[in-house]
Amino acid sequence: MTRFPRRTRRTRRIAGAGAAAAVLALSACSSSGSESSSSPEASGQDLTGTVTVFAAASLKESFTTLGERFEKEHPGTRVTFNFGGSDSLAAGINNGAPADVFAAASAKTMKLVTDEGHAAGSPGTFVRNRLEIATVPGNPHGIDALEDLTASGLKVVLCDRTVPCGAAARTALEAGGVSLTPASYEQDVKSALTKVQLKEADAAVVYRTDVKAAGDKVEGVEFPEAAEAVNDYPIARLENAPNPSAAKAFVALVKSAEGQKVLGEAGFLEP
Amino acid sequence: MTGPQAPAAGRETYRKPRAPGRGVPLALLVPALLGLAFLLVPLLALLLRAPWRDLPGQLTSPAVWEALRLSLFCATTATALSMVVGVPLAWLLARTEFPGRGLVRALVTLPLVLPPVVGGVALLLALGRNGVVGQWLDAWFGVTLPFTTTGVVLAETFVAMPFLVISVEGTLRAADPRYEEAATTLGASRFTAFRRVTLPLIAPGIAAGAVLAWARALGEFGATITFAGNFPGRTQTMPLAVYLALQNDPAAAIALSLVLLAVSIAVLAGLRDRWMRTA
Repeated sequence: MTRFPRRTRRTRRIAGAGAAAAVLALSACSSSGSESSSSPEASGQDLTGTVTVFAAASLKESFTTLGERFEKEHPGTRVTFNFGGSDSLAAGINNGAPADVFAAASAKTMKLVTDEGHAAGSPGTFVRNRLEIATVPGNPHGIDALEDLTASGLKVVLCDRTVPCGAAARTALEAGGVSLTPASYEQDVKSALTKVQLKEADAAVVYRTDVKAAGDKVEGVEFPEAAEAVNDYPIARLENAPNPSAAKAFVALVKSAEGQKVLGEAGFLEP
Repeated sequence: MTGPQAPAAGRETYRKPRAPGRGVPLALLVPALLGLAFLLVPLLALLLRAPWRDLPGQLTSPAVWEALRLSLFCATTATALSMVVGVPLAWLLARTEFPGRGLVRALVTLPLVLPPVVGGVALLLALGRNGVVGQWLDAWFGVTLPFTTTGVVLAETFVAMPFLVISVEGTLRAADPRYEEAATTLGASRFTAFRRVTLPLIAPGIAAGAVLAWARALGEFGATITFAGNFPGRTQTMPLAVYLALQNDPAAAIALSLVLLAVSIAVLAGLRDRWMRTA
């Protein structure tokens, strides 16, 4: 790059100041880190502090609602969410991410956590989710069944088989004896749905709940093979939960009649 | 800070370079080493935790080679494309006066600060089948860019070109415009002066910019997966393969990353020796 000799003096001084700032910032980080680790543990009936919930991306809308209710019912608490692909969440927990609750989109991803002994007690299924075909509004290509997705010229996107929605789509396609070459294997269910919302793809195989959350931007088509690939959603408290009592209360809320109502409205099926 | 001393020491090193370690101010040496360690420790961790036993198996898998070949092809094409349009753009910014030039320069560097995923969405809105420009491409030429290898190249170009433009523009500003002026007064057209005088003069800057752009394009993930999707052999480049492998087989992901790292280090080191010696 360009370098002007008469600039060097000023540059040096700036570099020195920058170094001092960096050292200060580093020390600030380490001191705040030690404070948070020695915070008093929440115990007893009075729930306080933050409860951190790692939840599958498909739970985003309903869990956000439940989080707000939880904060209202237990003043002084705060619910923070980390929504993402269940596999990456499980990997995060297994690598020591400080989470209280894990809600996964498949039994397989929950098993990754229970196998490592990170779940407290055995996880319970709290909802189930079923696949649907999402088409652009008005369903211009007349898609009524899984076979219709194989029509030539049709751009279909699926989730990658490494994420639960992709694994479920694969099971459903196999059950229907349909062999489908998609335009893309998307990294998660929301990006598959986005491709249809933007009309870049004509159809995607996603969850019922995602079709519902997208409102009138996509149209859902049910198909019988989806029954072969229903996903169980397990939830568990975590062994190293920083806030175990609040974690317990949050899991109870999700499983309660109130929680089931919110989840049912989002399109989830009862366990 | 050692305010008064630093410039003095600097003036001295300016006259005769000393052996490293002696005469280097501590205020620079310590942060420099910290910075170096910060960059190298994660790479070391990758090497330490690498599943060396699985590595041969990973290397012989055709899927890996397919992704690697696609990555190298797309990054190289994206770099070539960036050079074809980026060098003239840099020239325009450095050598001409027009209203709003500062704003244009800021806009050119926008992809640097834009999260790549947002860049991918923007590309979809512009060049997608239903996009502002893309719908005409589809209607007139029957061309759709998302989910194609061309889409990968475009996504990588979008993210990587600013690196080239910035680098070339900086070199142009440092290069003495009087050479070009002399050429034009001797009768050369402005384009001939650019081709015969400016271009050879700034070649090292172009090379440095191209290497930066290539490296950025090779590692591109967000814009690519958003705009071009993920299909093995067509749009699944190495970073996409690494990300998806990470979901259920972290060991394979680390192995894939090592392959990508080794290839990029080999290429960059090779280029540095051969191509950038003049820089």
